[in-house]
Amino acid sequence: MDFPILTTMMLVPLAGAVLCLFTGAGAARGIALASTLATFALGVLLWSNYEIGGAQWQFTERYDLFAGFNYALGIDGIALMLIMLSVFLMPICILASWDAIQKRVGEYMAAFLFMEVLMIGTFGAQDIFLFYIFFEAGLIPMYLIIGVWGGDNRIYASYKFFLYTLIGSVLMLIAMFWMVATAGTSDIPTLMQYDFPVGAQTWLWLAFFASFAVKVPMWPFHTWLPDAHVQAPTAGSVILAGVLLKLGGYGFIRFSLPMFPEASADFAWFVFILSMVAVVYTSLVALVQADMKKLIAYSSVAHMAIVTVGLFAFNVQGLEGAMIVMLSHGLVSGALFLCVGVIYDRLHTREIERYGGLSINMPYYAIFFLLFTMASIGLPGTSGFVGEFLSLAGIYQSSSLVALICTTGIILGAAYMLYLYRRVAFGDQKNADAAAMADITPREWAMMAPIAAVVLWMGVYPESFLAPMRADIAVLDAQLAAAAPAGDAELAAGAPREEIANAMEHQAEGEH
Amino acid sequence: MDFTASLALIIPELILTVAGLALLLVCAWGGDKLARQVAILAVAALFGAGFVIMPGVHFGTGPVVDAFGGLMKMDGFALFAKALIYLSAIACLIVAPAFFNSEAAGSEKGMRAEYPVLILFATLGMSIMVSAADFMTLYLGLELNSLSAYVLAAILRKDQRSAEAGLKYFVLGALASGILLYGMSLLYGFTGATDFASVRSALSGELSTGQLFGLIFVLSGLAFKIAAVPFHMWTPDVYEGAPTPVTAFFSTAPKVAAVALTARVVFEVFGGQIDAWQQIVMFTALASIVFGALGAIGQENLKRLLAYSSINNVGFILLGLAVGTAAGASAMLVYLFIYVAMSLGSFVALLMLRSEDGNLYETFADIRGLAVTRPAIAWALLLLMFSLAGIPPLLGFYSKFVVFQATVEAGLVAFAAIAIAASVIGAFYYIKFVKVMFFDEPAGVVTGKSGAAHWVLLALTAAIISPLGYLMTRSLTDLADKAASSLFLLP
Repeated sequence: MDFPILTTMMLVPLAGAVLCLFTGAGAARGIALASTLATFALGVLLWSNYEIGGAQWQFTERYDLFAGFNYALGIDGIALMLIMLSVFLMPICILASWDAIQKRVGEYMAAFLFMEVLMIGTFGAQDIFLFYIFFEAGLIPMYLIIGVWGGDNRIYASYKFFLYTLIGSVLMLIAMFWMVATAGTSDIPTLMQYDFPVGAQTWLWLAFFASFAVKVPMWPFHTWLPDAHVQAPTAGSVILAGVLLKLGGYGFIRFSLPMFPEASADFAWFVFILSMVAVVYTSLVALVQADMKKLIAYSSVAHMAIVTVGLFAFNVQGLEGAMIVMLSHGLVSGALFLCVGVIYDRLHTREIERYGGLSINMPYYAIFFLLFTMASIGLPGTSGFVGEFLSLAGIYQSSSLVALICTTGIILGAAYMLYLYRRVAFGDQKNADAAAMADITPREWAMMAPIAAVVLWMGVYPESFLAPMRADIAVLDAQLAAAAPAGDAELAAGAPREEIANAMEHQAEGEH
Repeated sequence: MDFTASLALIIPELILTVAGLALLLVCAWGGDKLARQVAILAVAALFGAGFVIMPGVHFGTGPVVDAFGGLMKMDGFALFAKALIYLSAIACLIVAPAFFNSEAAGSEKGMRAEYPVLILFATLGMSIMVSAADFMTLYLGLELNSLSAYVLAAILRKDQRSAEAGLKYFVLGALASGILLYGMSLLYGFTGATDFASVRSALSGELSTGQLFGLIFVLSGLAFKIAAVPFHMWTPDVYEGAPTPVTAFFSTAPKVAAVALTARVVFEVFGGQIDAWQQIVMFTALASIVFGALGAIGQENLKRLLAYSSINNVGFILLGLAVGTAAGASAMLVYLFIYVAMSLGSFVALLMLRSEDGNLYETFADIRGLAVTRPAIAWALLLLMFSLAGIPPLLGFYSKFVVFQATVEAGLVAFAAIAIAASVIGAFYYIKFVKVMFFDEPAGVVTGKSGAAHWVLLALTAAIISPLGYLMTRSLTDLADKAASSLFLLP
């Protein structure tokens, strides 16, 4: 297809962002919603034109615009799915901010639309420096979103978010320079095929890890996340959890694994250990939170740890599982933040104790909240189950111990999510003001229903989402196969028996 | 070489000289009431000089670049630097009248006619500096520039801070000139020549102790002029005390000239002794980056903060120089161009932070909540600050990008890693700017209106450093490559 659809998908929200800066509140909301919906429509067009089983890189565009790097875009199935996630969540974020944001609406909407441009650019970039520019530029709008429209402690949170993520990524930039100087190209597909010397891979892997581990975030680099989530406005949390955390996972799957397979294998246990600690530790921390947003933030860290073990399992199930967990977590944690936002808008507190018995006065809300809670736990039939099952099946092949410990995450996940749900939705209506809250409005229906539908779709028929990625994951798996460490659960062929299994021992010829 | 050819090569300098002298006479007879006309004519002279060098910058110079038997050199490198110097001088002249004609100038309201003339002479000095091919020419240009600059710093005679800045600048600058002269005399004594080519050929092989001392003294004197650590102490005081348009001038044109001069000296004089100077320049570069970043953290005054920011930026510029390759020199020139745009933009924005009667605000407390009261200035400052911090997609990232790329390509990965880690520290105070303007409650003191000249300059610099600026990176890199390669056309 010759139509530059990826560029168009970036230009539409960009134009919207510029317009929003110069218009009043009402118009800005309309413009933002219209341009995100238009981008989503383009995204649907993108998916429907994506040829499954076709060329690995599709919709490629290349213009010689800059010195030092290229404006080169193109996507494979993995990037396609993540772009779809971003453009799907964006209109919902705008809806979530419709009434909640009352001051400096134009600037707020502009920041969100600018964010969307950068996310599409990050996933679509085919030049390593272009990727870095989009990847890093996201700091600016997110810093503003947290700092201007955030909660009481927003300034501390915004500083922490900005500096933490910046310090992670600058070392990656140095590594990129070295790679480009060595390989002689900044083209990502070429770099993915390039064999970097094994000694250098260790350093390069660590430099990239510094950036992605902060983004994912992996324990112990996760401390910025609860602060940023709690202080950000609802839609900001949705974008953080839904898309920005996926940048880290995407970075691992796009850079660390294919470009440094040997180093990835060497560091696999390092990643496993951090992930195991994350699953158990952050789940326990989530269990004792009194603040709903903080609870969901910690649960994000635990879920993303399932992603990282899946990625470093070095087999197809692990990789596919990691991708599905990323997509599912993007939807589910986004939806959970929306659920918190819905009641926060009414009562202006995130404290769990202030609610109770909401299923009595807000039955529809309680149903949605229940569905997303179950999806977060990984109930069969929801998207969470598919991803976690594949991931854990993948990791079981490399290490049954890691699988065993990470599976406790599902049990602990059920514990903290159900405990949260019981305290918020069931029980007595102990607070009069919480009991007086009205059920969800049509606008909130429009936010929740699409996510619920996709969560069920992904849970019941995940093939729609796995099919575009299958070929790319197979290519990646083939690349990794040489470096893959031996698993402890692989079938070992024993020596064949001499006789059939139920053969009776022949008695010596008796004497008759 | 015959005389007419030499004169033809220095037409830009001749224009500036004649204009400067003629305008000085106008001042002497016309007095301050003609200040505005003098300023306009000075801008015209600078435009004229710039117009003359434009073909050379664009299409490359002719085969003959040496003037006056090798005293001056009009190569592509000099022309690139001159273009930048003239542009920043023009900008600083344009923004000055509004400042001097307001309450901000204190009891000496009204622009003095000497101001444009001094700027012209300073520019002439810089023009000679970047073309110098002999230590005598170098010193001539440097002193012409410095002496004009001392007077400019103290141009508000009744303002104590301005006078103090002028005196401090003069005393420390004279010391630096002395160090530089001492180094030059050592080099002359141990090599028997003052022109760059002869000194270079005499410096081949092992350096003698005297020659090494000469090299160190020359580099120290130059480091003072570019305000690089450890010779940076004067910068915050002078930047804070001098009138803001003068500070804007100091942070742009003389910096370009001094950096270009240093580059010429290290490549053309000490080019054969890269081991001797590389570690010195590398140390200066990294120390400037780190100290510039750390020193700025506690600052409340915006001009002092920008002074530390300029020290920090000079570090990155010197990092490109320390690489010692053509790619590094080209990266340095690209950085200089972008730095000049960012620095000019920031100071113009500071000049626009005025009260109703024209007084300037220059502390963090005054710009609280600027995004609500004056959104246009606040957004421009936001772009400028993120750009100075080197955050993509703003053009400031590209300047760091080229420098780091050259550093890593030359195999100096560890130095690049130190520098980039320090740039994160620097980001802290740049985002403090944004925090104060966007997150805090409005202080509401910035109420004054600004003239069209300020708005145009601010919009122009903001457009350059915005992502749109990336579209010109190809031509900018081409020009810088061409200019840098002329430094390496050596015997």
